[in-house]
Amino acid sequence: MSPRATRRLLLAAGLLAALGVSPVSPIHVYTPREVYGTVGSRVTLSCSFWSSEWISEDISITWHFQAEGSRDSISIFHYAKGQPYIDDVGTFKERMEWAGNPRRRDGSIVIHSLEPSDNGTFTCDVKNPPDIVGKSSQVTLYVLEKVPTRYGVVLGSVIGGVLLLVAVLVALVYVTRYCWRRRQAVLQRRLR
Amino acid sequence: MLLLLLGIIVLHVTVLVLLFVSTIVSQWLVNGEHAADLWQNCTSGASFHCLASSSNEWLQAVQAMMILSVIFSVLSLFLFFCQLFTLTKGGRFYITGVFQILAGLCVMSGAAIFTVRHTDWHQASENTSYGFAYILAWLAFPLALASGIIYVILRKRE
Repeated sequence: MSPRATRRLLLAAGLLAALGVSPVSPIHVYTPREVYGTVGSRVTLSCSFWSSEWISEDISITWHFQAEGSRDSISIFHYAKGQPYIDDVGTFKERMEWAGNPRRRDGSIVIHSLEPSDNGTFTCDVKNPPDIVGKSSQVTLYVLEKVPTRYGVVLGSVIGGVLLLVAVLVALVYVTRYCWRRRQAVLQRRLR
Repeated sequence: MLLLLLGIIVLHVTVLVLLFVSTIVSQWLVNGEHAADLWQNCTSGASFHCLASSSNEWLQAVQAMMILSVIFSVLSLFLFFCQLFTLTKGGRFYITGVFQILAGLCVMSGAAIFTVRHTDWHQASENTSYGFAYILAWLAFPLALASGIIYVILRKRE
């Protein structure tokens, strides 16, 4: 083969090789950094991911929980082969709900009836074969005793409420007196 | 008649001054060097410094009542002067009296709530006594009530 033809063949092969072996970027998982909730309420732990591959049937989403002050990270949720598996023996028994949609790149869960022992770090891990390399993402849940009311809410509402009430009563009295006086005038004109 | 008018105005202004002083001055609870108040707690020991009071709901209710009483008393004075020039002869100063009575009721409820609930935000020790601002608040209540009733009974002459 002529050198020019060999060079062209090598170039074409190189291009094909470059197209075929595309660099696989790792999978990216996103969660908010902190989530706040009050005791007894519900909270949504949202987890979204980005993968350079198509969402396959073998996609798996896992949630782990590490309680505050503890060193163990327990697994509380697993999604595999299109089927969600929710914790039914642990601390989140009957309190967790799958609220995600892998097709929409969403792996969120909802926790109902928050307890003070739910304080801790939740880790969301997504694996989309063949895209399996990537960092998982963590979200810290803070459970508050009750919503602290800002200073001035009670003050403002009491002042506003009483002033409004007094204004409405005064207006009512004046309108009633005005209507009554008009009726008196009409009656007097009729009697005359 | 001018003397009566002057007397009524002096009484109203006295009530207003009492309400202002008791709302603003920081002397509701006194404890040696500490003075606790509606708005701030002050210490006058080696150094004089003040901290803001707690944001307890009951303390906010007392603050709201005191502010409302001042507002109603000022409104009542303003309405008195309005009615003085617009009322027909023989008419009564109803709305002025009603607002003054409302001011008296507000200051009474504020002082009552404070008396009952002050342990919520201020630990009572042995030598905690009530300061003069607290006494002025209780003094303002019967004066405001009397002033309001005088307005309701009074008839406009000349």
